[in-house]
Amino acid sequence: MKLFEMTALELSRLLQKKEVSAVEVTQSFMEHAEAVEPQVRAYITRTSETALAEAEAVDEKRRRGETMPLLAGVPLAVKDNICTGGVRTTCGSRFLEEYLPPEDATVVKKARAAGLPLMGKTNLDEFAMGSSTENSAFFPTHNPWDLQRVPGGSSGGSAAAVAAGMAPLALGTDTGGSVRQPAAFCGLVGLRPTYGRVSRAGVMALASSLDQAGLLALTTADAALLLGLIAGEDRDDPTSSSEPVADYLSTLQEGVKGLRVGLLTENMPEHFDREIIAAVHRAAAVLAENGAVVEELSLPHTGSSLEVYHLLCAAEASSNLGRFDGLRYGRSARGENVAEMYSRTRGEGFGPEVKRRILLGTCILRESRYESYYLQALRVRTLIRRDYEAALNRFDLLLGAVTPTTAFKLGEKKDDPVAMYHADICLLPGPLAGIPALSVPGGLGSGGLPIGVQLTAAPFREEILFRAAHLLEQERGPGPLRSQLLPPAS
Amino acid sequence: MEYEAIIGLEIHVELQTRSKIFCGCSTAFGAEPNTNCCPGCLGLPGTLPVLNRRAVEYAVLAALALNCQVQEKSVFARKNYFYPDLPKAYQISQDEQPLAWGGYLEIDFPEGSRRVNLERVHLEEEAGKLIHAGDSIISAAYSLVDYNRAGVPLLEIVTAPELYSGREARLFLQELRTLLRYIGVSDVKMEEGSLRCDANISLRPVGTKELGTRAEVKNLNSFRAVEQALNYEAERQAMILARGGEIIQSTCHWDDSRKATVVMRLKEGTADYRYFPEPDLPPLILERSSIEALKERLPELPRQRRRRLQEQYDLTAEEAAVMTDSCEMADFFEKAAASYPDYRNLVNWVLGDLIYQLREAGKEVAQLSPALLIELLELFDAGEINRPVAKELLAEMIRSGASPRQMVRQRGLGKISGREELAPLVEQVIAENPDAVENYRKGKKKALAFLVGKVMALTRGRADPQELNRLFEEKI
Repeated sequence: MKLFEMTALELSRLLQKKEVSAVEVTQSFMEHAEAVEPQVRAYITRTSETALAEAEAVDEKRRRGETMPLLAGVPLAVKDNICTGGVRTTCGSRFLEEYLPPEDATVVKKARAAGLPLMGKTNLDEFAMGSSTENSAFFPTHNPWDLQRVPGGSSGGSAAAVAAGMAPLALGTDTGGSVRQPAAFCGLVGLRPTYGRVSRAGVMALASSLDQAGLLALTTADAALLLGLIAGEDRDDPTSSSEPVADYLSTLQEGVKGLRVGLLTENMPEHFDREIIAAVHRAAAVLAENGAVVEELSLPHTGSSLEVYHLLCAAEASSNLGRFDGLRYGRSARGENVAEMYSRTRGEGFGPEVKRRILLGTCILRESRYESYYLQALRVRTLIRRDYEAALNRFDLLLGAVTPTTAFKLGEKKDDPVAMYHADICLLPGPLAGIPALSVPGGLGSGGLPIGVQLTAAPFREEILFRAAHLLEQERGPGPLRSQLLPPAS
Repeated sequence: MEYEAIIGLEIHVELQTRSKIFCGCSTAFGAEPNTNCCPGCLGLPGTLPVLNRRAVEYAVLAALALNCQVQEKSVFARKNYFYPDLPKAYQISQDEQPLAWGGYLEIDFPEGSRRVNLERVHLEEEAGKLIHAGDSIISAAYSLVDYNRAGVPLLEIVTAPELYSGREARLFLQELRTLLRYIGVSDVKMEEGSLRCDANISLRPVGTKELGTRAEVKNLNSFRAVEQALNYEAERQAMILARGGEIIQSTCHWDDSRKATVVMRLKEGTADYRYFPEPDLPPLILERSSIEALKERLPELPRQRRRRLQEQYDLTAEEAAVMTDSCEMADFFEKAAASYPDYRNLVNWVLGDLIYQLREAGKEVAQLSPALLIELLELFDAGEINRPVAKELLAEMIRSGASPRQMVRQRGLGKISGREELAPLVEQVIAENPDAVENYRKGKKKALAFLVGKVMALTRGRADPQELNRLFEEKI
């Protein structure tokens, strides 16, 4: 097996036994990227030199006999809305096309400190607004399973990079499904941790009360390893939690015996693909066979998630994106006066989806509409949160679908934003409730495309998600799902 | 018809924390433009606000001193608007759930004391500063922005419409300044902008209750400007009403050189700032016990202390006001008074030479030990030094902190009052100045002063002038 085909855990073991060097590992991914990146276009910026230098530093330390973190020398791709000091961070927008952040985001600091070579910055929908990566101001990314299809979004670049063997691990962000949906479309494990579990410092904000840095990996074990590295309280993020970080890898094998599992039926309406519904039921059966107690369950208020999510997300985004005025950084257009300068700068710098959401958010925050839209949405959010609190008192784990379909074709939904929003229906209640949610492959559909299954648990109980996901993985067969660009293990 | 003016003030006070409210940048005044800035206060993408606990502490102290109900839970909110001095295009402020509600300040107006009520007190962040290459943002060819002030903690204090003249507004502000400086939460300098005030003013017929249409007056950069602008605006509105005209709700600007208010814009409804709760900051929770602990830390407040000093030490109202201008000054006086029973003499020295010499030396009263002043006064009272020497020693003591008793000993500055020591000098001066002696004999009193001065010169100011007078009278 070639190095770029291996999981992070496998690479970590080889590196620790000094059977391979970090430079060899990094080079393997870089060489494979040379071959496949022209078709996939996962990266906005590749940082090969930085990656090699970081890999060399890891090898040097290991030669000196230093004890290294488990993931030292395992390459990492980072979504391009996460700041990397001195490495351009575009957020998928023309506005920030040349923007060089002065500092690393906290998650990047942690990854660099642990010796993960940074492979590059991955493509995304502009300001993480979208579900297909087609809203990137630069180019769309292609799904490694079928190049005619979208990788999902907004962390589509991160998902495609991992699925195509251009990095074994990737960081993404999940505001309303932006990690889980691309993971499902690309056959990966995608985790959105509990709100506050991972620092948002240095993550360019879309909607502050919903944003959460997350991760994409080939396997649950890899995801568990990476979460252990990036989780934890951060003094630069006042919304980060002081809850202790568990050793997720050590509990991975504990199984699901005795776990109470709630099967979310209403989250899979009639129009969902039958094979997706079947995959969820199959997962429920596997959990039951392994000793979990599965019961159907209803969350009455989650039906309003789409409206609540888009109102709150647009409101917060309209405020968060106000700072892009062209005065201090980023794109700047000239004008006869300040107002003209602002409107030209923002008019030229932002794409249509960003403008749509800023306008919507600006509208609903107006004093005259605040009560009936924003406050009303907050109230329903509270009801959704209570639904989950009640459900998670009864159940340890909730099980449902991730998406209504497998990966759709490029261009299929691009001009129908409402259809695109509707495809996120299963992804939105989790962020509204602030709970952790994970997408794990549940097999392949008839078109040979991966299907995701979604697991959610109580806040800060990520280890339960990992235990269940790991079990589902084991039952599915050995090793991760492999896209056409990541050939089956030989 | 006779009208009365109704005035409410919206006051902004910069809290004197060392660092900004949401980042670690320095708040020092007068630095080179854009040097006290970081990614946070410049609003770079990805940065998050981290609340400065000291700013909260100062705000709570101020709210407690203003008799407010400090809230155990308050919520930060975003006030959204575009302006070049506002890096994030929103100001982190407080809206529906401020730090404190209500409160009042007791003011001793010339007509008598009255309680002026407050509506609310809240915390927010300061904006940056625009420097226009021209007269205003409209006529300037370009404008420059300095973000050094962006993020300095700001306390907003809103009064009820319970002030009735320009003078009352000024007196209120001056009392507020004294209070806030006294408790050490702000340097409250109007000229540096650490105390700012906007005023709402409307007129109503005397005896009625309903408020008239108001004007908001801005650019009030001194206490005098507050008084003048509000008196001017009251008169302007009265003239319009007298002509049968109607007041239009507006924002106006006080032009201090023309001594007139200028209408900036007419208001058609209020601006829509699209407030919503700040999602990047959890609600501000203050335990009742920590609020009580801060209350314990508050010193006796200036107005109470003023009254007590007046009674206890027999001070006039003016003397007590100067003495309580700062907590340090009042502390100094009371510490000194504890071991020096001649309060009158002490007050005269403190309010006269001491304050003057402190200002000359550029020193703060807190840097001076009251024991040294007592030492000096005791030397003087005992007749060991005369007044010119005492003043000189006071200045020296303030400059260097040296003990007056030691200085007297080391430099031989003790008063010379012995007849046997002075008599030969008197004889010498009489011999050397026959004209003056002659003049004195003819009844010119000034000649005596001249002769005394000659002996003083010979003794470098140490001779006892009363003794000299007696000696000259005897000898001539």
